[in-house]
Amino acid sequence: MKLTGSEIFMKSLQAEGVTTAFGHPGGVILHAYDVMLDYPMQHILCRHEQAAAHAAEGYYKASGRTGTCIVTSGPGATNTVTGLTDAFMDSMSVVCFTGQVPTAVMGCDAFQEADMVGTVRSCTKHNVLVQKAEEMPRIIKEAYYVSRSGRPGPVQVDLPKDIMMGRAEFTGYPESVRLRGYNPSIHGHPGQIRKAAELIANARRPFIYGGGGIVHSDGSAEFTELVNLIKAPTTLTLMALGSLDTSHPLWVGMPGMHGTVTANMGMIHCDVLIAVGPRFDDRVTGKLSEFGKNCKIIHIDIDPTSIRKNVHVDVPIVGDVRLVLRELNKELRKIKRDWAQDQAEWYGQIADWQAAHPLRYDQRPDGAIKPQHAIEHIYRITQEMDPIIATGVGQHQMWAGQYYRGRHPRRWITSGGLGTMGFGFPAAMGAQAAFPDKLVINIDGDGCFQMTCQELVTCVQYNLPVKTFLMNNRYLGMVRQWQELFYKGRYSAVDLSVQPDFVKLADAYGAAGLRVERPAELPAAIEKAIATPGPVVVDIVTEREENCFPMIPAGAAIKDIIDAGQPVSDALFQGWR
Amino acid sequence: MSANGSQSNRAHTLTLQVENRLGVLARIAGLISAKGYNIDSLSVAETLDPTVSQITMVVHGTESAIEQTVKQLNRLVDVIKVIDLTDEDHVEREMVLIRVNAEPANRAEALRIADIFRAKVVDVTPRAYVFEVTGDQGKIEAFIELLRPLGIQEVVRTGTVAIARGSKAVTRREARAARRGGEAKAAAERDERAADEVSVLPS
Repeated sequence: MKLTGSEIFMKSLQAEGVTTAFGHPGGVILHAYDVMLDYPMQHILCRHEQAAAHAAEGYYKASGRTGTCIVTSGPGATNTVTGLTDAFMDSMSVVCFTGQVPTAVMGCDAFQEADMVGTVRSCTKHNVLVQKAEEMPRIIKEAYYVSRSGRPGPVQVDLPKDIMMGRAEFTGYPESVRLRGYNPSIHGHPGQIRKAAELIANARRPFIYGGGGIVHSDGSAEFTELVNLIKAPTTLTLMALGSLDTSHPLWVGMPGMHGTVTANMGMIHCDVLIAVGPRFDDRVTGKLSEFGKNCKIIHIDIDPTSIRKNVHVDVPIVGDVRLVLRELNKELRKIKRDWAQDQAEWYGQIADWQAAHPLRYDQRPDGAIKPQHAIEHIYRITQEMDPIIATGVGQHQMWAGQYYRGRHPRRWITSGGLGTMGFGFPAAMGAQAAFPDKLVINIDGDGCFQMTCQELVTCVQYNLPVKTFLMNNRYLGMVRQWQELFYKGRYSAVDLSVQPDFVKLADAYGAAGLRVERPAELPAAIEKAIATPGPVVVDIVTEREENCFPMIPAGAAIKDIIDAGQPVSDALFQGWR
Repeated sequence: MSANGSQSNRAHTLTLQVENRLGVLARIAGLISAKGYNIDSLSVAETLDPTVSQITMVVHGTESAIEQTVKQLNRLVDVIKVIDLTDEDHVEREMVLIRVNAEPANRAEALRIADIFRAKVVDVTPRAYVFEVTGDQGKIEAFIELLRPLGIQEVVRTGTVAIARGSKAVTRREARAARRGGEAKAAAERDERAADEVSVLPS
């Protein structure tokens, strides 16, 4: 059967089970958009291609299904680069189809031509230029397979106009993939798993450091079982929040630059560090030469390049977190030991840190709203509604990580590795498209929101009722904090006090807008926002110069952590430092 | 302890089998340059199987940096196999074309040196010779040094190509992976290694 490239494209997407795509049409991709009308796939017309890419990320993170993005050549395609890089850093499964000028004029500086395969080569897991329409079903099958298997990541497929318009034989969508250069190992090596179990069995101060791999492998149940088996204090990175219920007594908060003092102390005082799917990011380890000096490290990760990339690892296990944990838990169940009893001294130390350095802030009833207070209120009111939380990047993101105590995996969507301002709102929109009936909340900053707020109209058009809560301090807050602490308080290009009226802005887009200025108004406003149908923007006017603590200055060691503006007392390190 | 502690920086010879497709070489070169390394030499050509290309690449780096690079190269979808031959028993060769001055006074000397190095004369004019010579890097460097006083006009080198000694190439890499990562099935590979014939020819 001879079909056009565009028909083969749509048939392939249909066979792959793609029900939703985020995109923006343009010149050379028009033929595919024309054929799209004859297929049931929902296309969400984003107002900017960067937002389409972030929406595809949000769609993936919330649902576990690969996000799909379709854009035109040149500027349409280059606008997705930030989203693809973000997806690459945070292991998000996204397939991005970019239009391309006809093959005959490629390389001739044609109108809206950009060498996209070359441009995104370094920020994609894989990318391909389609050279024959006959090859498209295989290429699309491989694109989705590569994107979601192993360590997930973005894949770009370049679609030249003549390939889409020309006719070719369509012999069906392939059922299996054969890639001789790509075969991720998912089962951990049994010998290594036994070694890890032995190390854990003899640990006096074990500490569990869970990362994004738990979410990507859907291994939260196995992870929780591990925590319950060995009863070790547990921290989760920003990417993994929700993989363990935060009401769990062994949960000690997030580690890293703005993590809790307890989680950070645990990282450097433990004797066995059990790293489950993290990548030892510099925002977590601090100064590398001071990290992991006194402990043995077990590292489970599906990506062999993550292992020993930054820190020395004693027991590496390459494999899918969920499958490895199943086997590891089996080994650990055989060990007869009173885990809690043996860790009594360790628990005492943890409790001391928790008592001396809880997360805290000072909210005066008649003062300006503290952003932490606002986020705690959002948490209290919505925690039982199983909401999906997305965030932008900066102070509000760290406070959300600290105070929005996520309870389930795939309910927390944030830009970790790349730190992409403007990520939150389109990512929330993508999550809402995956779950139209769920409560989706975007906790955002006034700086971030101004980068992608044009998508309000997309949310209105497709009835995606994302609730945005702006922590509005009229500053680029995190940059201002660094300037205050590390640049002698010289504020350079951080003042956002000239800004749109966000209530009117929401109104102009056809969404609802609310403003909150006093702490006492918070509960009612949050309730009202959630009860209001359609997208809502709540402009929460906060304290301007609140700082985010604890904080480990960039490049410093974990022991140099600052809490509430003060170094952590030496007394807390006694016998351990 | 940092994984990138103080280690010696030396040349590593990597050999890769990759899909013979558009963009693969660019991806590999991009990966190396993104790490801030320079490729010392590079040689690419089709293998017996026209869908597979063989790349020999020489890169400087510390042990841990090269180990990480090998892992990252392996992660690329179009890379079928990567072998670090540096510490394996292997043969390296490079071909060089050299144009030297051949004035009447030193024509005989040039030919004598060429003869010692078993170089061939592939072009001759009244004023110059072009020699072709193959060998490992040491031999090539020595040849160039000896010709230098005569006046070298131009040197064109292919870059190193390398092949493992013995009857099979695949097992070596897996044996090495087993020793390094402890992740591969060590026992099976030990058996394969034992079965691997030991080559006795001098390099």
